[in-house]
Amino acid sequence: MEKRELTCIGCPLGCNITVSMENGEILDVTGNTCKRGDDYARKEVTNPTRIVTSTVQVSGGVSPTVSCKTRQDIPKDKIFDVAGALKGVCVQAPVAIGDVVCADVAGTGVDMVATKDIAAAG
Amino acid sequence: MKNVDLVIVGGGPAGLAAAISAKENGIDSILIIERDKELGGILNQCIHNGFGLHTFKEELTGPEYAARFIAEAKKLNIEYILNTMVMEIGSDKKITAMNRTEGLFEIQAKAVILAMGCRERSRGALNIPGYRPAGIYSAGTAQRLVNMEGFMPGKEVVILGSGDIGLIMARRMTLEGAKVKVVAELMPYSGGLKRNIVQCLNDFGIPLKLSHTVVDIEGKERVEAVTIAEVGSDRRPVPGTEERYTCDTLLLSCGLIPENELSRGAGVELSRVTSGPVVNESLETNIEGIFACGNVLHVHDLVDYVSEEAKNAGKNAAAYIQKGAGTDQRVITINPTGGVRYSVPCTIRPERMDETLTVRFRVGDVYKNCSIVTYFDEEKISERKRPVMAPGEMEQVILKKADLLERPGLKTVTITVEGA
Amino acid sequence: MYDVAIIGAGVVGCAIARELSRYDVKACVIERDEDVCTGTSKANSAIVHAGFDAEPGSLKAKMNVKGNAMMDDIAEKLDVPFRRNGSLVVRTKEQDRAGLEKLMEKGEKNGVPGLKLLSEDELKKLEPNLADDVVEALFAPTGGIVCPFHLTMAYAENAAENGVEFFLNTELISIKSANGCFVLEAANQEHTSIEAKTVVNAAGVYADWVNNQLSAKKMHIIARKGEYMLLDKTAGAHVDHTIFQLPGKMGKGVLVTPTVHGNLLVGPTATDIENKEGVNTTQDGLDQVTAKSALSVKNLPLREVITSFAGLRAHEDGDDFIIGEAEDVPGFFNAAGIESPGLSSAPAIGVTVAELLKNKLSLKEKADFHETRKGILRPSELSPEEQNRLIKENPAYGNIICRCEMITEGEILDAIHRPLGARSLDGVKRRTRAGMGRCQSGFCSPRTMEILEREVPMDIYAISKSGGKSTFVVGKNKEIGRADS
Repeated sequence: MEKRELTCIGCPLGCNITVSMENGEILDVTGNTCKRGDDYARKEVTNPTRIVTSTVQVSGGVSPTVSCKTRQDIPKDKIFDVAGALKGVCVQAPVAIGDVVCADVAGTGVDMVATKDIAAAG
Repeated sequence: MKNVDLVIVGGGPAGLAAAISAKENGIDSILIIERDKELGGILNQCIHNGFGLHTFKEELTGPEYAARFIAEAKKLNIEYILNTMVMEIGSDKKITAMNRTEGLFEIQAKAVILAMGCRERSRGALNIPGYRPAGIYSAGTAQRLVNMEGFMPGKEVVILGSGDIGLIMARRMTLEGAKVKVVAELMPYSGGLKRNIVQCLNDFGIPLKLSHTVVDIEGKERVEAVTIAEVGSDRRPVPGTEERYTCDTLLLSCGLIPENELSRGAGVELSRVTSGPVVNESLETNIEGIFACGNVLHVHDLVDYVSEEAKNAGKNAAAYIQKGAGTDQRVITINPTGGVRYSVPCTIRPERMDETLTVRFRVGDVYKNCSIVTYFDEEKISERKRPVMAPGEMEQVILKKADLLERPGLKTVTITVEGA
Repeated sequence: MYDVAIIGAGVVGCAIARELSRYDVKACVIERDEDVCTGTSKANSAIVHAGFDAEPGSLKAKMNVKGNAMMDDIAEKLDVPFRRNGSLVVRTKEQDRAGLEKLMEKGEKNGVPGLKLLSEDELKKLEPNLADDVVEALFAPTGGIVCPFHLTMAYAENAAENGVEFFLNTELISIKSANGCFVLEAANQEHTSIEAKTVVNAAGVYADWVNNQLSAKKMHIIARKGEYMLLDKTAGAHVDHTIFQLPGKMGKGVLVTPTVHGNLLVGPTATDIENKEGVNTTQDGLDQVTAKSALSVKNLPLREVITSFAGLRAHEDGDDFIIGEAEDVPGFFNAAGIESPGLSSAPAIGVTVAELLKNKLSLKEKADFHETRKGILRPSELSPEEQNRLIKENPAYGNIICRCEMITEGEILDAIHRPLGARSLDGVKRRTRAGMGRCQSGFCSPRTMEILEREVPMDIYAISKSGGKSTFVVGKNKEIGRADS
């Protein structure tokens, strides 16, 4: 039997979770305080994902950059692809929270969306 | 001179939540004074997610979290002025402020809420030996450069301190193309949240060296190398453990200090532990009608708790404006001891408190399988098992008004860690 | 062909330049760094010594006492913050009174006015935070504190206004004497070669190298490192006088003093080092400062330290200043070995060397010499009404950039646009104090960078802490290339 030790990132509590596995099958999850921890642990050992946050350039705005995030979490091994895909991306102000700044980022099927309103300059 | 019922100094998360709450509790004449060009405070540069789980039951980024409060404040028609620096707060609640258009001007307030936030401990305050070249940034300064201005402060990075901003910036700079070589932490435990260690360091294979500090900085013009060494239990470097990292950047994430220069000028008493004001259950300072909340009061781990605390400050300030100060009230002292470093509030007037009062504090060390125990004088009132407590995370105890009123002779509430 | 080329834009070089600019003269100052006041002059005790410490008859003694007496007038004319706070040399109960008496005797021989011994009772009324072991002190009422940056910059600006040219970023590579004049080769694209009839060597720790290029009478200067800690203004009133220690079992001791800007300064150590660029602080040095300071002052709030730094004193083997024309090189004047009390002596060295040059070159006084200079306007020193008038005229004075020191954009603009204006963050800092407060520029540096970018104007990638390679940003996000690939 294999045991994987994880720190839950579902909330700031950071529970230490132990996942017992055998042949890729999850036998048991212990150490979590809530259901989120159980979900996180099961996902983290099979299909780890992350939200990626970054910035892209803005033209004609009151700020030279706008912050953005993947609308949903993306596979953990795609983090660098997502970050790289934003190189050279520039959006026109005004930008509103939720506007897509990069659709289907790095082929993940997930859109990168703005997380801040940026008014047009002037 | 302008007259305003409530002046809130600072338009970050604390100031916004306090203003909204005061408005909802019947105060119409409110003015938020913000020094930056927009509301939202430091949240605007905290573009990572993880904010708002408690408040909104979803994970937001800093700007999104701020935007919700800004929208609410605007909906309530709360007045605010930007690009304006408060120069002085008098103990008579007269505020002197300055900006480009109005020059120096005075505002007489009936109540004031301090919500100025905090600043980062600088290299100088840490007394790190070595040269003083360019390339040494506090993590928050680097965060502003990268996230707000769009510029990278360096390519090869060493980080001292495992505070949350440092951990967040380790990931951020890595994603933008920099190489973060190591994070050194003086203490034997991290100063940041566990989730940040997982998401920001472990995900990217960045080593965290606990019980390590920077012992030398090389480079006369720009940082060229940083040497770290292990520290003993006295937190002094152990000779022979030095490791040299070539790099062009040293980020510092070694703690935050509440910014209380204005408070001091107003005669507000400050705690030596938190560097924030000493407050009662209403989050009121020793100066009647001057309240404090957020990171100017004590450095919080989560913005959700800032908002919650600020909401109380706003409500209490509203009550003060409407009803004035009470008289002849019994005051109970909170005594943080045995691993509990401080408490907010420091005193309680039981007649004035709500049905419950959340007392927040931090512990001074990592405690495993211990209990937070509360005593009313000698009487044990509650004991709560905690699998793990760390200085990087806030703890709390909830007191019930009924319990305090039942004991008219009660002088001291003691909060302590037991079972260590 | 210049009449005079001054090597080094420290306080000595700039004082000489200013005093020289009284005369009808074509003069220049050559400085390696991007600004004036970047070497010894920027990192010292900021003290105007009374003059009891130097050996009677030495140049140090003469220049110090004379420079001290000149300071009020210079500070007023050049608008430099200066205060005679008085100094105390304290002895502890383990130390002999003879030490203090000897100092007093030396001081009296040097012509220091008003010296007297103070008893324990008198002292503790004057300075309640003196260590409990302190039993007696030598009081020198003429001791003072000055801002060394402002003194140097004031001299430089006034010299520039009076026609002296400054070549910054200009490092001297070689100096030769040929055909009755001097040829200076410097590493700078525009001024690779400078010819001058006379040369003044005010090159600080490198003055021996300059001298030894020309004179057979060799000089040897060692860099004597002094490490300091600067405390927040909240600690600035911990002592009011400058507190020196009588040398004792821990060596020379350190001083504790308020600064003219209201901070508290503690230091220095004294370590001779080989590296003339060795301005790094050391754990050992900072520990020494901590330990020694407690001998004279109690309850020092060291948690209020906002920065530590090290400076290098140019110590010459002969243990005295070397001022005057080299015997074997006519027209070559030294102002070398200017260690402590160099800052206090600078006004006297300035007039002394200028006088020598005047005689050498038969210079005539200028009719249009501007002997005053106005420093950067500090709105915080004005009344609210005056401030409001100022802001109305120029709204930049209503915009606070440095929140710790409450420095406005107007002051930063002034620092950039005045003669020899600031071109780096340190340049802005030394002129205005923006970034010198408790957060040590954490908040204001990005904003000051924006202002420099817009006003100079200069490229964001060229904006530096202190010139050269000390730049702040390396590229735009996502465009720096992956460092590990």
